[in-house]
Amino acid sequence: MIVGLIAVIGLVSVNALFLIWMERKVSAHMQLRPGPMEVGWHGAIQTIADALKLMGKELITPRDVDRPVFLLAPIVVFLPVLLSFLVIPFSQTLIIRDMNVGVLLILAFASLTVLAILMAGWASNNKYSVFGSIRSVAQNVAYEIPLLITLMSIIIMVGSFSLADIVNAQSKYWFVLVQPVAFILYITCATAETNRAPFDLPEAESELVAGFHTEYTGMRFALFFLAEYTNMFIVAAIATVFFLGGWQGPFLPGIAWFLLKVYFVIFLIMWFRWTFPRVRFDQLITFAWKILIPLAFANLIITAFIMKL
Amino acid sequence: MLERGIEEKTYVLNLGPQHPSTHGVLRVELEMEGEFITKADPDIGYGHRGHEHMAENRTYPQFLPNMGRVDYLHALAYNQGYCMAVEKLIGLEVPERGEFVRVITAELNRITSHLLWVGAYLLDLGAFTPFLYCFDDRENALDLLDYLTGSRLTYCFYRFGGVPVDIDDDFTEGCRKFIQRLRSRWVDYDNLVTKNVIFIHRTRDVGLITQEQCIRYGLTGPMVRGSGLPFDIRRSEPYSVYPRFDFEIPIGERGDVMDRYLVRLREMEQSLRIIEQALDKIPNGPIMAEKVPKRIKPAAGEVYMAVESARGEFGCYIVSEGNPKPYRIKLRVPSFGNLSILPEIAVDTLVADLVAILGSIDVVVPEIDR
Repeated sequence: MIVGLIAVIGLVSVNALFLIWMERKVSAHMQLRPGPMEVGWHGAIQTIADALKLMGKELITPRDVDRPVFLLAPIVVFLPVLLSFLVIPFSQTLIIRDMNVGVLLILAFASLTVLAILMAGWASNNKYSVFGSIRSVAQNVAYEIPLLITLMSIIIMVGSFSLADIVNAQSKYWFVLVQPVAFILYITCATAETNRAPFDLPEAESELVAGFHTEYTGMRFALFFLAEYTNMFIVAAIATVFFLGGWQGPFLPGIAWFLLKVYFVIFLIMWFRWTFPRVRFDQLITFAWKILIPLAFANLIITAFIMKL
Repeated sequence: MLERGIEEKTYVLNLGPQHPSTHGVLRVELEMEGEFITKADPDIGYGHRGHEHMAENRTYPQFLPNMGRVDYLHALAYNQGYCMAVEKLIGLEVPERGEFVRVITAELNRITSHLLWVGAYLLDLGAFTPFLYCFDDRENALDLLDYLTGSRLTYCFYRFGGVPVDIDDDFTEGCRKFIQRLRSRWVDYDNLVTKNVIFIHRTRDVGLITQEQCIRYGLTGPMVRGSGLPFDIRRSEPYSVYPRFDFEIPIGERGDVMDRYLVRLREMEQSLRIIEQALDKIPNGPIMAEKVPKRIKPAAGEVYMAVESARGEFGCYIVSEGNPKPYRIKLRVPSFGNLSILPEIAVDTLVADLVAILGSIDVVVPEIDR
């Protein structure tokens, strides 16, 4: 368990560094520019340089913040993210602990992120931060429901909450082929869950400056950043496990297939971010309650009906 | 502040002067109820440099470089407005070729201004990529203007009586290439932005302005054309050689933010048409008037000249008392009038809408502050 946790911390850090570099490269090439090129091969260690810079920055605590909550928020946002990794099956053997409630564990921990955002925004004593956190809560509550219901339709098909079982059930065909609607719903909800554009309202730059982390500097800010990218990895990992057959694939070892698929899903999410404008808050909530949730329910009912046949 | 906010129904939110989407140093004081705005009060003056006062202490040619710094995005329209006013004051005729060069460069500058607006506006709405697409295109036009005028942003190119540098074959060739390139890009803009569902939802029926409001607030430029009034100084009070060109005045139907976006997009196409025709029709001859007085000392009198800048009517009003320095110069800037409607149309919108509306006004804050 301890070894696993240390390995997870290593993986999380390396993964976040890679993802930030990937994000910059993907966005750059979509925008007709090369992106970071100076530090390392094609800017490969640019993020490390940036991380070092962030560590050297002064940690500013504004005068009127709610001190304990303000200091706790970056830790609260980061810890649950680490724990989620315990149940993700990277390959047939590479899984720290295969729990029979794996899905629930990940989703439970993922929901904790919103608590941290609420803490950060509320404690900052900044109106823009409060806006960001209020938006974040409303958004996460709205999008967690269709997310869960969508995953439920897969769980009904497999009959297990264990992630390894779900992957094993896809040995003949990937679930994305039989549940395309669920896949699209899931990706949409996952983008909203991770507060990524076009659903990045909690930190909408042009409206709320930097949203809930306006007042954070240095490593505290970096932890929010790290958590965002790691969350992205987790939702992409769930998508891989539930819809894309997990570690399964010919020739290459399981871990390679798993990471390939995960990064493909992450690429999709990045693609959204650099293509779409941001939705408005009321539209976001309306979209969740009036379109996504009914669709998810319909999908669940149809799945249940077909399974019964 | 927070405790007060809970007890009272509304609270005050300061948008700016340091805010990513107020485009410069504009402060908007918002009275909010939740995320809804009950009152918006723009506060200007952070960028005040006293251009009009400067004019009173400078000779006429000395004031010319200031014109590139009032509205830095469409500096050549300001050059043109001021030069035309002074020329009218001292009775100077600009030769035809000079006027053509002015029109070509001013229209190119209008395109760069609109391109920057499209990019910055999409940035306000949260889409980053179109910004860089627009800048890529804008770069080409800036290179052309740089080649001719020697600067990229704060031009001081026109002189009393004409222009100092003639266009050559390289410039003409470059212009034609740019026209071709930009025309091929409309499809990309359409696919990336105009047809995007999220963009349509964010802009349709947001920030509606009626024609009556346009007139009441003295709006000009794309703001008034977006509401369906075909008011364009180039057509309604023709100046320079504009009457010789065949171009349309694009107008919107509903007067919302989307219409203003479309109007600007279509205006760029019309500017391309004007440049194309001007390049074809440009006559040979001098570019500067022959008898430009060495020392400009107009007789006592006053004059007003208006041109169509990218943001609307720019008017230059000069009062002369017969001295080498003007007695008073009043600049009628379009952004000031255009911004004045914000308190009325911002009520009962969300913060995100306010950003969209403010962006659609296309304010250049230094122009308001002067």
